[in-house]
Amino acid sequence: MRKVAIYGKGGIGKSTTTQNTVAGLAEAGKNVMVVGCDPKADSTRLLLGGLAQKTVLDTLREEGEDVELDDIRKTGFKRTICVESGGPEPGVGCAGRGIITSINLLEQLGAYSESEKLDYVFYDVLGDVVCGGFAMPIREGKAEEIYIVVSGEMMAMYAANNICKGIVKFAEAGVVRLGGLICNSRKCDNEKELIQAFAEKLGTQMIHFVPRDNTVQKAEINRKTVIEFDPTHTQADEYRMLSRKIDENRMFIVPKPMHTDDLEKLLIDYGIAN
Amino acid sequence: MLLRHTPDTIIEREALTVQPAKTCQPVGAMYAALGIHRCLPHSHGSQGCCAYHRSSLTRHYKEPVMAGTSSFTEGASVFGGQANLLEAITNIFTLYNPDVLAIHTTCLSETIGDDVPQIVAKAREEGRVPEGKYIIRASTPSYIGSHVIGYANMVKGIVEGFSERGKTGRHVNIIPGFVEPPDMAEIKRLAKLTGIDPVLLTDTSGVLNGPQTGHYEMYPKGGTTIDNLKRTGYAKATIALGPIASGLGAKFIDTKYGVPCETLNLPIGIRATDKFVEALKRLGGVIDDEIEYERGQLMDAVTDMQQYFYQKKVALVGDPDQLVSFTEFLTDLGFSVRHVITGTPGKKFVGRIKDAAGTDQINVREASDYFYLHQLIKNEKVDLIIGNTYAKYISRDMDIPLVRTGFPIYDRIGHQYFPTVGYKGALLLIEKILGVLMDHQDRYCPEEQFELVM
Repeated sequence: MRKVAIYGKGGIGKSTTTQNTVAGLAEAGKNVMVVGCDPKADSTRLLLGGLAQKTVLDTLREEGEDVELDDIRKTGFKRTICVESGGPEPGVGCAGRGIITSINLLEQLGAYSESEKLDYVFYDVLGDVVCGGFAMPIREGKAEEIYIVVSGEMMAMYAANNICKGIVKFAEAGVVRLGGLICNSRKCDNEKELIQAFAEKLGTQMIHFVPRDNTVQKAEINRKTVIEFDPTHTQADEYRMLSRKIDENRMFIVPKPMHTDDLEKLLIDYGIAN
Repeated sequence: MLLRHTPDTIIEREALTVQPAKTCQPVGAMYAALGIHRCLPHSHGSQGCCAYHRSSLTRHYKEPVMAGTSSFTEGASVFGGQANLLEAITNIFTLYNPDVLAIHTTCLSETIGDDVPQIVAKAREEGRVPEGKYIIRASTPSYIGSHVIGYANMVKGIVEGFSERGKTGRHVNIIPGFVEPPDMAEIKRLAKLTGIDPVLLTDTSGVLNGPQTGHYEMYPKGGTTIDNLKRTGYAKATIALGPIASGLGAKFIDTKYGVPCETLNLPIGIRATDKFVEALKRLGGVIDDEIEYERGQLMDAVTDMQQYFYQKKVALVGDPDQLVSFTEFLTDLGFSVRHVITGTPGKKFVGRIKDAAGTDQINVREASDYFYLHQLIKNEKVDLIIGNTYAKYISRDMDIPLVRTGFPIYDRIGHQYFPTVGYKGALLLIEKILGVLMDHQDRYCPEEQFELVM
């Protein structure tokens, strides 16, 4: 079983990319579980055809500690298993602790056990790694490979660089490695070259360049992944290719995060500042 | 030899504390709240915090200390403690019927960012707080400050919650600091002897040292009443005894209600008590014969026994306000105060101690621990240690007499009943100090120096 975590700046398209990639893997016959680690609980919407999910933490709150695995798992597109960690409403409680609680609970309940015959677990984690809780998926050998969704926009790259710092910290103590950057295009100038250069500096690869296409929005409004919504569209093929590349990926490294000055210089060199 | 591994060589530590000379903020917050008549402290956090803080106070006073808890579970730490606190408020007023509920936070509820004022407002809105009942609150994360700061924060919470405006009265607010119930009684007695009408913020005498009556009272007779707490907003003045424990509350009343405040050292010892009595006099009090008499008795005892104090070396450990007054008093008696440490952080402490000792040649440290004190004593042995129960390990290891004072005292009684403040308190202190020093001398001196008359 491969354990994958997807990180990236808030709003960059982590959930969309994750679900479309998972749809690609599922279509190719893989058994995949998606664990949404975002209090908004919208990481599995496209696979499930809506926000039908009762979150782990809601269940825990309502039913106490006597939770059954089937209470918190839903089956989505092509038999993907969907779990939402959930969390408190904005402004109260501790969302980070929520992720720790729910991942521990999933482990206790045996969601990852051999008998489940999973090929992949995907963790879709909220925006920045703001506290220890959001790093839970990469702690103690939980996720072993990380992909960072990024675009050619400066703040997205800042965030990606910060996430790399987190990975370094956990890589020293454990098995977690960076598998690559996924460029989710914002149609910035020189975007592909910029992210390729950025990846090189970090010591990794740009595993795929996902072009911008409105079909993604259309599929989203219909609560579907592109692969399900319009299987013949070129964008569906892009996601299929991304999932195949991840499936075939063998390049797992400890990243070398850039100094802020170097990162800014990179942006200038590739013409963004002009 | 419990502490045989403590090395003589002092190495500066940055990331390690061994036996800190302080405890959690909520211990002080609970203590301050217990000084309100018919008040139940409430710990907004997990059960373990509340159990520990209650047991600290219970062991110290040998009285059952009651407090509620929000009983956080994993769910509460994720979703916030609002639901727990709302239910607790309803349960507490239904089952235990206090007049005042004093909520303090814990590390957990602080870290997840629970907004206690908002939750309390919601409880009021939902009709969970019965007519005529009060809820006050203080923020008390233990990763900041110490039990002394927790006390200060709760005192501020109390005046925030109760003080009212009014025509300036003749009464005087006195914030006694984190001192014992008999100290509070002594402070009141002194004030009343001068003719001042004191309102103590707060007063645990009669709450934590009451009599055995054969039946259990959840809310004993003692404690400052709600009416008196309201009057603090239009007092003639506030006297804050000890800037660390009492300054915060006094300044709040000054700023918000324009009640002028004067901050003094805790009245432990002759000079500090003189200053307290003089302050009472400035506020219209009259120093009567009884006070003069007590002071005279103290002076007599001091001069009679001076040779037993002179140049004896002493190490002190405890809370900052107490230590400043102790240092001044012991120096006045002729002691050589060598080492002074507190666990409570605060940069000004070092300067205050050096001023009180009248010298720079003294080892002082704030935010420190017993391990360091032990090392200091190993490097320069002393004749006497004054500190709380935790100092008994060093006392035993080094065979140095110990006088117990401060918080906590788990292994002796007396602190519940006999004051340390005022002239009477100073006399009791001298009696205790002489007792241990002379016992030590009687036990260890050569036979030819063994004296019948001392």
